[in-house]
Amino acid sequence: MIKQEQEQQTRSMERYLSPAVRNIPPSGIRKFFDLVSGSKDIISLGVGEPDFVTPWLVREACVYSLEQGRTSYTHNAGLPELREEIANYLHKRFNLTYEPSRQIIVTVGGSEAIDLALRAILVPGDEIIVPEPTYVSYSPITALCGGVAVPVQTYARDNFKLTAEALKQKLTPKTKALILSYPSNPTGGIMGYEDYLPIAKLVEEHDLLVITDEIYAELTYGANHVSFASLPGMKDRTIVISGFSKAFAMTGWRIGYACGHPDLVAAMLKIHQYTIMCAPVMAQVAAIESLRNGLEEKDRMVEAYNQRRRLVVKGFRDIGLDCHEPQGAFYAFPSIQSTGLTSQEFAERLLLEGKVAAVPGDVFGLGGEGYIRCSYATSVNNLLEALERIHKFVQKIRMF
Amino acid sequence: MSDLKVSILELLKEDSRRSPELIATMLGEDVDAVRQAIEEMERDKIIVKYATVINWNKMDDEKETALIEVQITPERGRGFDAIAERIYLFPQVKSVYLMSGSYDLLVEIDGKNLKEVASFVSNKLSTLDSVLSTKTHFILKKYKQDGVIFEDHEGDHRMVISP
Repeated sequence: MIKQEQEQQTRSMERYLSPAVRNIPPSGIRKFFDLVSGSKDIISLGVGEPDFVTPWLVREACVYSLEQGRTSYTHNAGLPELREEIANYLHKRFNLTYEPSRQIIVTVGGSEAIDLALRAILVPGDEIIVPEPTYVSYSPITALCGGVAVPVQTYARDNFKLTAEALKQKLTPKTKALILSYPSNPTGGIMGYEDYLPIAKLVEEHDLLVITDEIYAELTYGANHVSFASLPGMKDRTIVISGFSKAFAMTGWRIGYACGHPDLVAAMLKIHQYTIMCAPVMAQVAAIESLRNGLEEKDRMVEAYNQRRRLVVKGFRDIGLDCHEPQGAFYAFPSIQSTGLTSQEFAERLLLEGKVAAVPGDVFGLGGEGYIRCSYATSVNNLLEALERIHKFVQKIRMF
Repeated sequence: MSDLKVSILELLKEDSRRSPELIATMLGEDVDAVRQAIEEMERDKIIVKYATVINWNKMDDEKETALIEVQITPERGRGFDAIAERIYLFPQVKSVYLMSGSYDLLVEIDGKNLKEVASFVSNKLSTLDSVLSTKTHFILKKYKQDGVIFEDHEGDHRMVISP
């Protein structure tokens, strides 16, 4: 009896919740995670982070800094040395020039930077264009700010690139910004300079702001990453978001950054200083070390991803599943349409019957249905075994 | 040496059981080219042997390994090579390196037990004419060999599904 009353009271607390929060649909990935957690002996291709541990030299630098007692707050925008290193790095790698003192802010992962950027610019009713399938956080954060995320579908036949024609159809007078996220999680698609040119033209014509999440910038294969901010005239209207998680295998450190026009960065800093204060100092120290001495280790990891990428893409094609050539990140996004199953059905049955975890494509939004996301951030032997299991599973489905 | 050969060696160093087909796929190369490169390297003794890295600590068999610093007088005309050969031909000797610094050869010896290693050093090694002195160091525990950590505590701590 008492238990029932308690339950009722717990339920009734919903009335206190903000409608914006209440209306965010439960995460599709979360649901699948719960299903996977109960399974045994599975090989997971569902992990959205490197299988490498952070390079030892980076971890060691952090341990040393702790021994030296570096445990205090830092400047709100991050350690000046770190911002300096980020500026040098972005200049050398991607031809981007930012002033460390006014144009760079160190954040708690790229995730915080996404939140800051959207909160800094959105007015209720504003529309944000989001090419999909894409990483799962842009739309919910937009909704939290009262904005409206307008998805624009991208297709395997275009290697999941955003086209100007598709973008144009979604533009309205309320469109405030475009979110770009290349190299793409989940598709592995990338955008080159030529691909971006017509997009930049539209952005200019419609006076849009661009938030470009380039967290996978270091993980491209066969083509160098192009930052949208490096296109002519785009730098001032672009907020570049990146971080250390994927390139340096530092996901758990939660350390990223955003760069942009001083006015935009100053606005983001206002939110950051009252909500976060500063990114953890130990993670900042580690980030400095990764930029100063970790680049070779990074190259070694990228080479390993590239080898596995070739392996899984060929593996899926040999199995008879269409798989576009991913040129970035560490995901393959094969089509499972030929099996006649939906993404959810396929992923769920693959998990239970085939003992392989992959993420159903529909959780990544428009155009994700009919695909599964398979991370190749796992050992070669795991990939070989997983491909073998998927092969058997697909054969079984096709027989019945 | 060609980039292809270096890449192949790196993949085989990680796991010598990898097939030419797998290596070709991983490198995005033609399988015949990979096969040919491997054959060439086998022929040229660049690939000397496909061996297994073993953690003998985990086997119950008693086994002792020692590193011995050996000081020698080089032989006229043949330098260190002749004496090195006389040493490395013993089957107990696992490896022999010519070193810079305060001694000349570093010799790795395997034996069933301490006594066997000691007897090899005193009966075979120190009695060689050109050997001036030896210093024997027994290996107590191997932590890492050939780039492989034996007791790796860095497991996979990742959640099985993440966005």
